[in-house]
Amino acid sequence: MKSENTLLTMKNICKYFTGVKALVNVDFTLREGEIHALMGENGAGKSTLIKVLTGVEKLDEGEIHLLGQHVLPKSTHEAQSIGISTVYQEVNLCSNLSVAENIFIGREPMKFGRIDWKTMHKRARTALEKLNVDIDVSQTLDSYSVAIQQMVAIARAVDVDAKVLILDEPTSSLDEKEVEKLFEIMTKLKNEGIGIVFVTHFLDQVYAVCDRITVLRNGEFVGEYEIKDLPKVKLVAKMIGKDYEELNASIKGSDSQDDEAHSNKEVFLEAKQLGKKNEIEPYDVIVYKGEVLGLAGLLGSGRTEMAKLLFGAEKPDTGELCLEGSKKNIITPLQAIKNEIAYCPENRKIDGIIPDLSVRENIILALQSKRGWMKYIKRSEQEKIANDYIKLLSIKTSSAEKMVKELSGGNQQKVILARWLLTQPKLLILDEPTRGIDIGTKTEIQRLVIELANKGMSVIFISSELDEMLRTCSRMVVLRDRVKIAELTGDKLETNVIMNTIAGGN
Amino acid sequence: MEGIKKLTKHQIFWPITALILVMLFNLFFTPGFFKLEVKDGHLFGSIIDIINRGSPLMLLSIGLTLVIATGGTDISVGSVIAISAAVAASLVGGQMIFVDGVQEYVTLVPMPLAILVTLVVAVLLGMWNGTLIAKLGIQPIIATMILMVAGRGIAQLITEGQIITIYYKPYFFFGGGYLLGLPFAIFIVGIVLLIIMLFIKKTAIGLFIQASGCNASASKYAGIHVDRIKLIVYTISGLCAGIAGVLISSNIKSADANNAGLFIELDAILAVAMGGNSMTGGKFSIPASIVGALVIQSITTTIYSIGVPPEITLVVKAIVVIIICLLQSEDFRKMFTTMSHLQRGNNIENKLTN
Amino acid sequence: MKTNLQTKFIPILITFLLLIGLFAFGSFKYTGFFSLQNFLNLLIDNAFLLITAVGMTFVLITGGIDISIGAVIAFVCMLSADLLQKGWNAAVVMVLMLVIGCAFGTGMGILITKFKMQPFIVTLAGMFLARGLCYVVSIDTIIIDNPVYVAISQSRVPIGSGFISWSVVIALVVLAAAYYILHFSKFGRTVYAIGGNEQSARLMGLPVDSTKILVYTLNGFCSALAGLVFSFYMLSGYGLHTVGLEMDAIAAAVIGGTLLTGGVGYVIGTLLGVLTQGAIQTLIMFEGTLSSWWTKIVVAALLCLFILIQRVFTLVKAKKAR
Repeated sequence: MKSENTLLTMKNICKYFTGVKALVNVDFTLREGEIHALMGENGAGKSTLIKVLTGVEKLDEGEIHLLGQHVLPKSTHEAQSIGISTVYQEVNLCSNLSVAENIFIGREPMKFGRIDWKTMHKRARTALEKLNVDIDVSQTLDSYSVAIQQMVAIARAVDVDAKVLILDEPTSSLDEKEVEKLFEIMTKLKNEGIGIVFVTHFLDQVYAVCDRITVLRNGEFVGEYEIKDLPKVKLVAKMIGKDYEELNASIKGSDSQDDEAHSNKEVFLEAKQLGKKNEIEPYDVIVYKGEVLGLAGLLGSGRTEMAKLLFGAEKPDTGELCLEGSKKNIITPLQAIKNEIAYCPENRKIDGIIPDLSVRENIILALQSKRGWMKYIKRSEQEKIANDYIKLLSIKTSSAEKMVKELSGGNQQKVILARWLLTQPKLLILDEPTRGIDIGTKTEIQRLVIELANKGMSVIFISSELDEMLRTCSRMVVLRDRVKIAELTGDKLETNVIMNTIAGGN
Repeated sequence: MEGIKKLTKHQIFWPITALILVMLFNLFFTPGFFKLEVKDGHLFGSIIDIINRGSPLMLLSIGLTLVIATGGTDISVGSVIAISAAVAASLVGGQMIFVDGVQEYVTLVPMPLAILVTLVVAVLLGMWNGTLIAKLGIQPIIATMILMVAGRGIAQLITEGQIITIYYKPYFFFGGGYLLGLPFAIFIVGIVLLIIMLFIKKTAIGLFIQASGCNASASKYAGIHVDRIKLIVYTISGLCAGIAGVLISSNIKSADANNAGLFIELDAILAVAMGGNSMTGGKFSIPASIVGALVIQSITTTIYSIGVPPEITLVVKAIVVIIICLLQSEDFRKMFTTMSHLQRGNNIENKLTN
Repeated sequence: MKTNLQTKFIPILITFLLLIGLFAFGSFKYTGFFSLQNFLNLLIDNAFLLITAVGMTFVLITGGIDISIGAVIAFVCMLSADLLQKGWNAAVVMVLMLVIGCAFGTGMGILITKFKMQPFIVTLAGMFLARGLCYVVSIDTIIIDNPVYVAISQSRVPIGSGFISWSVVIALVVLAAAYYILHFSKFGRTVYAIGGNEQSARLMGLPVDSTKILVYTLNGFCSALAGLVFSFYMLSGYGLHTVGLEMDAIAAAVIGGTLLTGGVGYVIGTLLGVLTQGAIQTLIMFEGTLSSWWTKIVVAALLCLFILIQRVFTLVKAKKAR
């Protein structure tokens, strides 16, 4: 290793959040002119590590050295000023400001004590030209596509004289061509000597541009590898850990014979040309009784939107929905609940839990709205239900009266699951039910899904993790760019096929 | 110790403590505060006065507790009071006629109808707020500010810029009459409280209000119609203000569009804050707010009776609101815990060096 | 490019047409309405509103709100009247008032940003605090007869065949300064960035907290200055002066194209908003038979209408962006 080229070292980084270990003794090094992938499943600690590096979170233990100098950024501003720039997953710019301003705000060129708009526009154009983007920089940012906004974010990050550029899942909302362009730019910047930290969920992308990989798992450092020394399968094994084989062995099994099974299975739900403008193109889908249907696709591919239409969380403007053969009009969640559909939303904190209410109240909430506000469930009955489900799903809480915000992520997710199971749905839609929770709970939830399906419940399963989908689903719908593009069953349910379908290749 | 801890955990503990403190203060410093007299079969005294004058405030705090629990606010209650007082007064009013040579007063419309109309108007005003907030998504402070400012204008139009004096005697009973020796107003508060509490406790509405206030988005996914809940709470708040308007106009026997219910929204918000309710929505307790209202009325009465210039009350109340909100602010508490930690750390260091 | 520019300014255009419409209506209906002086009177009568509405525009652009301004103006009038009567020097009083206004705004700004308290509750308490302080000063009206104040009050600055007061000059200077700050200073652009997306602004390394505090300080300064101008105009202090002015100021900003959700706003639009309100007031005055309370009601209705228009525009824009 050429140590003189080392740009950044992070040593023994630890970070605790009220009782939860987010990072334990994590090491990370970055060389000049390399693209370094930071890999790990959701909840592995990637984003925490980045937050520590960029001064968003304060580290509890450990040291950071940049070009041999000990640094400890206390704010993003400080991080930027020492040359650490970040482009986040969601574009973190101000859409009400112009493109030029988004690149230069905070360090605008001044002349006679006033902002020199002319120079700023000129410099913005040059900065974007370097990235091969040619747009009108005086327009507000929201008049451009997400891909362009992403480029603007990179232009801003690079223009501050960055030595370290962190790209936190920049590709999740880009199409293939845009990703290619991004890679070109990354390579160009790399050749200029910038060290790039690249966080992504897409394995192929890692192998396309990266030089080295650091893998994290459950907040711990797994290892640092040269890309050529670590084939894809091994990388996955490192990310998932030894549980990988265990998981496969313990869950897989019942869904081998399902190909012929579908023909004689009853249909629970059928959507015909259901769609909503600007959300998802009209689609057809059939959900059989007792199957686990996966919705595969990238973030923003329309998988969540598809589910939301089925649940009435969004109002469709075309098509119709049939449940068990009869046409239904479902335009509010309540109507869906009354028709025995349940939906566990993607974002647990924002759309799932009611943080200040007790576990008991959180559990009975959906059942209560199903019954209506007049028929209040008796307190004694509520307590019984809550305790039953706490036992059934082994929710770790000292009592049913504990506020749900005091529970860990995995247990919160179980509370939400309990809320929906209690309504005794015939169709359960799970949107990223295992995001950010520990691997034990993850397995439990996956096992539960298969059990429920075996008991005759239909399940729609959405996840960013293909392996998890492969383990649980017997059929998959693939989406790309808000369009349903394929349905896969049987021997087509295989990583490569799905990946290629998602990516739009052959 | 365990028992005390459990007790202090109850939301109503702190407002009751505050009430006891105010009362203790009066026991020592305000002579004759607790003196009760019986005059013409009614009780008289400062305590009765607090209950009587505090009744409109208690009514407002009932409605406002629900509104604040959904994460909103309603600063239009004072104007709703002015409007309903104006409507009631102009309908009841009282014309002087002579029956067999004796002067008597009759109303423009029968009194029950007049009161019904008044309350319907108040409900409509509440629904107007609710519609702006729930259906159009306007921030509660702005939506209710519109009614707060324009409402006084509407009240002025109804009274045609005059103070309407009411001459119809039976109307005075609501705000000035006595039943079983106690002010009748407190019975109205009791009835409203009972109905609302039944509504909250015996149906799921209470749970739904808390859920919507705590996390509106999650509540929507759980099948709760959050906008309907909001519409309901603003309507209740309007109704409560309407009833308060009737009580006030009955008590002062007139309707004054400029001054009826002026600045009362601060008292009402303060009552809810005193009751230990979160200003950002979520868990709430109406009885605690009622106690909060009593505390505020007691403070007001105390200030009057110990001879402090009453002008200062507004200032005191405004500062108390800020203090209570500061205490609820997590960042403020954090500041103090870190300070005490530092203190403790220093102590330990001192010990070590010693 | 052109189409985009147009959609951005459509709300202001609507306001401009409304203003012209109101003026044309008044000119046809009432004799004496159409005159330069009548137009200048709009400025003279609303100079204080313009100043405070400019401050409010800053607050609204950051996505905040301040409903204490009416009370602060009343307090400034009250206290200056009281101090002047006690024989204080006029210049000292004016400076003191501005300092008090800034301090008041800073205090609220700190509570809002440092302790994450909701702006409405802080400024609501501020509103009652300022009103309460008015009563502490006096519950009666205090007349201002300080010669300096009277002189400023009666001053006339000729413009063509008409004239304006010094207060109008102050207001226009404030307007120009605000325009400059918002468009040509780092602080001004940070104000817009915060309103657009506070979290992004933070991540971009902008000084969010200090800018927000400064915005409330600036608003406090504007309220105090408006208070001074109002005391020149009224030559008296009274605890119930400018009740409900917060709505007028917010309405002026909103009618002038400022979004209540933050991120968008123009002080030139705010000027149009103030003039629109002034025109309505003048029309109601000219009508003669209508109570002055109609002004408040019409302004409230107009505010509702413009909020509705904004809703529609944001929805359309959101759809286009997808």
